[in-house]
Amino acid sequence: MTAPLIQIEALSKRFQSGGGLFTKPRAMMAVREVTLTVGKGEVLGVVGESGCGKSTLARLVLRLIEPTSGRVTFDGTEITALSPSALRKMRRRMAMVFQDPYSSLDPRYTLADVLAEPFRVQNEQVPAGRIEAMLTAVGLPAELAGSHPHQLSGGQRQRVGIARALALQPDFVVLDEPTASLDVSIQAQIIALLADLRDRLGLTYLFISHDLGLVRYFCDRIMVMYLGSVVEVLPDARTAPRHPYAQALMQSNFAPDPARRRVIEPLKGEIPSPFALPPGCAFASRCPRASDLCRRQTPALDDDATHPVACFHPL
Amino acid sequence: MIAPLRAFRHPQGGLAGCWLILVIAAALAAPLLTPYAYDVQNLPQAYQPASAQHWLGTDEFGRDLLTRLIYGARTSLSVSATAISISVLCGMVLGAAAAWFGGWLDRTVTMVVDLSWSFPEILIALILVAIIGPGTTGVMIAIAVAYIAQFTRLTRAQIMTLKGETFIEAARSLGAGNAHILFRHLLPNALAPVLVSAMLATGDAIILEATLGFFGLGAQPPVPSWGGMMSAGSALVFKAPWVIIFPGLAVAVTVVAINLYGDALITELDIRSRLRSGA
Amino acid sequence: MSALLDLQSVSVSIGRVALLDGIGLTVKRGQILGLVGESGSGKSLTAMAAMGLLPLIGGRVAAGVVRFDGQDMAAMTEVQRRKLRGRRIGFVTQNPMTALDPVQRIGEQVDIVSRLHLGLSRADARARTLDLLTQLRIPEAGTVAEAWPHQLSGGMKQRIVIAMALAGDPDLIIADEPTTALDVTVQAQIIQILGNLVRDRGVSLLLITHDMSVVAQVCDRVAVLYAGRVAEEGPVGPIFAAPAHPYTAALIGCIPQEGMEKGSLAGIPGAVPSAMTFPAGCRFHPRCPRASEACRTSQPPILPRGEGRVACHHPEVAA
Repeated sequence: MTAPLIQIEALSKRFQSGGGLFTKPRAMMAVREVTLTVGKGEVLGVVGESGCGKSTLARLVLRLIEPTSGRVTFDGTEITALSPSALRKMRRRMAMVFQDPYSSLDPRYTLADVLAEPFRVQNEQVPAGRIEAMLTAVGLPAELAGSHPHQLSGGQRQRVGIARALALQPDFVVLDEPTASLDVSIQAQIIALLADLRDRLGLTYLFISHDLGLVRYFCDRIMVMYLGSVVEVLPDARTAPRHPYAQALMQSNFAPDPARRRVIEPLKGEIPSPFALPPGCAFASRCPRASDLCRRQTPALDDDATHPVACFHPL
Repeated sequence: MIAPLRAFRHPQGGLAGCWLILVIAAALAAPLLTPYAYDVQNLPQAYQPASAQHWLGTDEFGRDLLTRLIYGARTSLSVSATAISISVLCGMVLGAAAAWFGGWLDRTVTMVVDLSWSFPEILIALILVAIIGPGTTGVMIAIAVAYIAQFTRLTRAQIMTLKGETFIEAARSLGAGNAHILFRHLLPNALAPVLVSAMLATGDAIILEATLGFFGLGAQPPVPSWGGMMSAGSALVFKAPWVIIFPGLAVAVTVVAINLYGDALITELDIRSRLRSGA
Repeated sequence: MSALLDLQSVSVSIGRVALLDGIGLTVKRGQILGLVGESGSGKSLTAMAAMGLLPLIGGRVAAGVVRFDGQDMAAMTEVQRRKLRGRRIGFVTQNPMTALDPVQRIGEQVDIVSRLHLGLSRADARARTLDLLTQLRIPEAGTVAEAWPHQLSGGMKQRIVIAMALAGDPDLIIADEPTTALDVTVQAQIIQILGNLVRDRGVSLLLITHDMSVVAQVCDRVAVLYAGRVAEEGPVGPIFAAPAHPYTAALIGCIPQEGMEKGSLAGIPGAVPSAMTFPAGCRFHPRCPRASEACRTSQPPILPRGEGRVACHHPEVAA
């Protein structure tokens, strides 16, 4: 791995919900003790199903929400300790692309307004011709600058979202399921664009997705999350998963080939409620390999530096 | 083309809009339109039906009814519109503050709004006029206060919904501060539904103003208001029905026009669902 | 095998806008047909035409015939059509969250279907419901039947919706993107369960999806829709082995596969045109790598290919 750009140490986020006149608030750990490093120029994938904490992790890394504990260091600066004004300056260097291309653009703004906002927020003038250049860079005609988001298709809007994220030439971009609301044909376009931009601009990505197939195609290294915890880190896209959950995710991806139909071993049961996690491994209730040990004790990520997995009975 | 103009393309909206323009223009240009004064009595001419001299007839003091109707539009429209403007301003500040700061402020504002929501506007207005005393200013303040709850609630609901939109989070991720988010995103987006609902409320306010006028609590004689004129006409409904019918028609047609135009505007701005979520 | 659902050159319009143009599809008894295409290609509209539901959205069949089990749907009365939909066609919607009545227990919602359509008694209907839930691999079917919709996860709800579709013992199930709203592991399970159950019971399935890998996994035949026309139709084996229509090939190529080289996932340039701006000639030509002058000017002929057909001026010749 190259020199680290992002270092995350024991990052946790606890959410409380409910708590009215008659009910006690309930607490859940959305992200539990996550430690990881993202190298310069790397594309790190974070994969997991809804409720696994991947989106919370994305927001914690950018400090859009405050962590309950833990630290995030960006290029040597601890951003979890920055003052609001220092953090605002730091935001030039890191950006985010959001899942929903429909609500991520202010409906009242023209595309020119959307793309000028990063500069305005940092109290800067928009360099002449920059808006048009940004639109062209993401494959949109410059004439669209005066249009409103509702005149655009989902794929076009997501291109605008990407252009906005790149406006201030950041080093690091968090991509929070940028293609989950798009058609497969458009998804492939957007992934190709992101790959191209990364090569041209030397970007570092944290790519969040529920689609292991897509993550294995696009990412250099893959972190698998389940109910707030990292259960496995795959060192590259070719390595076979060892955690039974990661295995199940793999199996859920069908190949577009009727000759390779497979009978999947369906996971038993349902994801337990994050508000009332059973003791032991969070996956034990659905795991085909679970033993008594798994139901008593929580497995930690092992010390294997290249391919750590948190499982007592890995594949 | 902007939405208020586009609303004219709807047949009903266009007709209604034209009527409103006519009424407002007449109210503004009142002294230029009529040879009569609204307050000079001419008792021999009392209770004349419509004629070439007096197109709509005369009232109990022989004053030209059309003249009084036009001057009455001045009172009714200006009182209602000013009252609603005050109401919108206060309501937006309160609603935005409640939604933005949350906590005890939000709870207090919501409680007061909910409480006042359970009284009809007319009751609130009557109590307030009783305290402040009758007259144009009193009625204006009473109407303004009676409608604050509505705009507070609507603005709060708008801002609460908008706060959860991804573009707000996107602005934050770029480093935007509170002022930027509030003034560049939240308020501009909340404005359209609030303004349209203000327009519709102006229609209600005209009725409320007329009602208070009818009770003799509004503009004091000889200054005409539509409600006051109807009150005067109620004494002789059968002998001189035009004295009450024409101001009544003026209120009815204007209120219907406001609603029709407002409806066209809602369609044009595509905010029907947002108004419902707010109310 | 006879045709259960048969659409013959069906064109559909809403107002003056022609949305579907000469759609031909056949679902035989016991067969699973996948209907694929991007959003805006007309998949859901085709399903609505097949169910006779177009008037709901102000649409109408402008030309062509929709036949269910040999009967012309247009010749039926609305009452007959409604009976047909409930009794012989089951429907599974995209969003299970809104398909269930929140104030009725799960069991009752499934029971009512078989009581209404099969005339079963309360007890028989419940027994049938529990049997269905068990077949859908719902653990503790008895407990789930007594539960309220809000107590169930999305995947569980979608299984209940499938149970409701099956409860009336229909001949055909139409499933409109039944798994898009669900988590990946759950998606795979539901697709597998749906496929198995349909086969075991000899029910036909029209599966609407945008995902070619789902089609490859469960379907017997596939119809690829583009901009309101059928681009290619046929058995899945030959089509996936050698797609004749460039659009079919592109759709398959959009799916990231194990061991794929980085950069090989190109997508399809551009976007599906809206019905107001359908281009002349072959509607796919602006996005097609093989487009020629003929494609820009004339509508492609429908050519037979094996047991299927393709509408293209320059189809890939099967190896």
